[in-house]
Amino acid sequence: MKYQVVIGLEVHTQLTTNTKIFCGCSTRFGATPNSQTCPVCLGFPGALPVLNQKVVEFAIRAGLATNCSITKRSIFARKNYFYPDLPKGYQISQFDLPICQNGHLDIEVEGVRKRIGITRIHMEEDAGKLVHADVPGIGDDSCVDLNRACTPLLEVVSEPDMRSPDEAIAYLKKLHEIVRYLGICDGNLEEGSFRCDANVSLMPVGSTTFGTRAELKNINSFRFIKQAIEYEMERQAELLDEGGRVIQETRLFDPNTGTTRSMRGKEEAHDYRYFPDPDLVPVIVDDAWIEAVRKTLPELPDAKRQRFVTEFGLPEYDAEVLAASRELAEYFEATVALFPQAKTVSNWVMGEVTRALNDDGKDITESPVTPAQLADLLKLIEKGTISGKIAKTVFDEMYKTGKEPGKIVEEKGLVQVSDTGAIEAIIDEVLAREPGQVAEFRSGKEKLFGFFVGQVMKASKGKANPALVNELLLKKLNG
Amino acid sequence: MEIFELTIHELHQKLKAKELSCVEATRAMLARIDSVEERVNAYITVTPEEALREAEAADRRIAQGEIDILTGIPVGLKDIFITKGIRTTCGSKILHNFVPPYDGTAVARLKERGAVIVGKLNQDEFAMGSSSESSFFGPTRNPWNLECTPGGSSGGSAAAIAAQEATATLGTDTGGSIRQPASHCGCVGLKPTYGRVSRYGVIAYASSLDQVGPLTRDVTDAAIMLGAVAGHDPLDSTSVNTPVPDYLAGLNAGVKGLKIGLPKEYFIEGLDPDVKAATDRAIELYRSLGAEIREVSLPHTEYAVATYYLIATAEASSNLARYDGVRFGHRTEAARGLADMFAKTRAEGFGAEVKRRIMLGTYALSSGYYDAYYLKAQKARTLIMQDFLKAFEDVDVLLTPVAPTPAFKIGEKLADPLQMYLSDIFTIPVNLAGTCGISIPAGISADGLPIGLQLIGKPFGEGALLSTAYAFEKGTEWSTKKAAL
Repeated sequence: MKYQVVIGLEVHTQLTTNTKIFCGCSTRFGATPNSQTCPVCLGFPGALPVLNQKVVEFAIRAGLATNCSITKRSIFARKNYFYPDLPKGYQISQFDLPICQNGHLDIEVEGVRKRIGITRIHMEEDAGKLVHADVPGIGDDSCVDLNRACTPLLEVVSEPDMRSPDEAIAYLKKLHEIVRYLGICDGNLEEGSFRCDANVSLMPVGSTTFGTRAELKNINSFRFIKQAIEYEMERQAELLDEGGRVIQETRLFDPNTGTTRSMRGKEEAHDYRYFPDPDLVPVIVDDAWIEAVRKTLPELPDAKRQRFVTEFGLPEYDAEVLAASRELAEYFEATVALFPQAKTVSNWVMGEVTRALNDDGKDITESPVTPAQLADLLKLIEKGTISGKIAKTVFDEMYKTGKEPGKIVEEKGLVQVSDTGAIEAIIDEVLAREPGQVAEFRSGKEKLFGFFVGQVMKASKGKANPALVNELLLKKLNG
Repeated sequence: MEIFELTIHELHQKLKAKELSCVEATRAMLARIDSVEERVNAYITVTPEEALREAEAADRRIAQGEIDILTGIPVGLKDIFITKGIRTTCGSKILHNFVPPYDGTAVARLKERGAVIVGKLNQDEFAMGSSSESSFFGPTRNPWNLECTPGGSSGGSAAAIAAQEATATLGTDTGGSIRQPASHCGCVGLKPTYGRVSRYGVIAYASSLDQVGPLTRDVTDAAIMLGAVAGHDPLDSTSVNTPVPDYLAGLNAGVKGLKIGLPKEYFIEGLDPDVKAATDRAIELYRSLGAEIREVSLPHTEYAVATYYLIATAEASSNLARYDGVRFGHRTEAARGLADMFAKTRAEGFGAEVKRRIMLGTYALSSGYYDAYYLKAQKARTLIMQDFLKAFEDVDVLLTPVAPTPAFKIGEKLADPLQMYLSDIFTIPVNLAGTCGISIPAGISADGLPIGLQLIGKPFGEGALLSTAYAFEKGTEWSTKKAAL
């Protein structure tokens, strides 16, 4: 029997507001346990939640960027269950009336475009963290750190529109890119600020009735998501082929074995007893607010990629790479504004700049070389002051020291030698030194040309103008 | 008159005139508490050291010429109010050792005005009850008859006024928990409109019904206390941002031409004869003072008790989930694993009535029953609220009894919880509608037990409510009657 997989994705994005969703505590990652808490996020008796307006603004941004309709009157609801990392014994979330509904994202897999529906986006608070590892002074017991409790989350729920692991990954990467572009989430999967759960089911090819789905959790990289979905597809197919039934359950992905296993022992079907939270009033969003937020939306990745192709004439590949992050795109554009040769800038940004940053473990916002400095370097090449090859050396020095390119060229005496006479002198020296090779070349071994070029460049410490070297060397060798 | 018998405004005059110091006033109150507490059990925690420190600070302010009407006044707080550094139990074993790290808003506002907190008052556990018998710390006794309950859940707050163990107290009212004990103890008890006073720092029972209010010796004192704690609080999303009027300024407005409505559903057959007599006398008095008496109807009254016991318990089942032994309060010593810890901590920590209501509320919210119970109850609530709003198109104030009978004996109603629930029949609808109500002394039964009169005002109409009550107080002598302890 051949099966068609149906995939729906739920993504929890941690918002980068300064303070939590219902209290004024900081959301900064990595602080001493329980140092960023107060009676509200600790769930103390008598404490009450107060909504952080920025969270609503971020939710509207997310909704507009994904073509959702923004709910004018949305409600917070309590999701009730007991767990030590959930201080109130309930999570404040949204149930019946989420802030955003009925949106979509467009993805492209192997040249085929597809629209993936977004059912809803809603606001909720995060739980704290349980630490099970050996804690100094505590030993084997589990400990609760509530710094993360009450951090704002946006949950994005897709329609079950994906029909392959690749489509799922494309959707996730798109969503990941969008939330980072919007500046509402840092998208750090390892730190848990972008968490994906996948709902996977199979149906016979040609059928329109969905099968029973399993929910896959605990997947913290795009690669693992693909692995998990593929494993699950195999597992369910085998089960169905043997005449068994897929059980609706939560399954944990184990990255070590690449398999999923049932959590059924730990978590029975929960009745969360949702009801509207009586401590909070409905969230009213009017058209004026929506328009004000719309005006603050940055150019989104798809539009930017388009514009890089049409306005700058860049190949699609370059546009793809440069627009992958808003900051990288901005770096690129800032450089182009000062040195308007887009392809050259693109090559350098995708090349040297990215390489240096990767080696250094830094990201574009931490680049010691500014767009202005890069533009200056490129101007020096254009003017002929230095060769492209020397420019790479200069760039490395700029990266290390933060000095201006002009200064480095001057200090290190790297100005390109374009004096024909000087180059001829070097060529003459080299040819005189290598009579044997000269003879071989003249008798037909044309490949030796590169050897001579190399010798001339070495003798000039790399500063000879390569185009001139080629021209003059050829003349001299050919007689 | 003894210091501990004085009202806020009387004591204030004496403090202002420097006839005595705040420390002396507080000492007198603490001595009074000492002498009667064993019989009354109004307090869970008395705080003599903190009180004297606050009294000293109040004296220093007065010496510098700063005196506010509440400066140096000894006040008791129901143990549902979060007080920084002072044990707050909510009448429960599960919080028997809980010392909060912060002050709630109402408490902070009283302290800012210079009030002296003398202690935390007894109550039904988690405010669930009408007799204060479910307190982990034993029942409070009614100072008018020590074999009777003072009512509940703010039984300690009312008894403290009746036994003169505080000049004024704060309580909370979710289904009548200020008004009913005030009625049973012969003092004034006011439930403001929902949203008038901040709930931040009030241990939550039913979030959409709970309100903070004063219990006092007279109406003037109630106006003073309300003015001190009322007003918008950014820490409470349900607190309303409307200005707080000067409740004292309008007290003497009188009732000429005032339209008083009598909801016919409240004047039922079989009302206790003493309660009926007191209510009839009150109606006559208002008539003689120039008010116009009209009959009105609140047709959905019969659904109020059921509606309340679905909504309140549902909200409570969620509000009390935080008592899990993880971060504060009681934690079982006998746990084998997580689920066991949760179960045993709560089994050990909660009393029977609390458990009953948590189970009821959980059931009302559960899958398959939510629509039939919780959702239906919310719809009924809307109808009940509309009844009141419609009635207030014709009249200014409603007049009703507070409780079907005077105070009952300790232990009398424990066998059948439903019997206890039905005694809230006149007070519950006011909480469901969210509007304001006051209980004022209006009679003494043949057995010598106080009987209160309830006045119900328009939303945020506490001003008219207080002046209507004031007119009655001035026209009668019930407020001057004292329990003979």
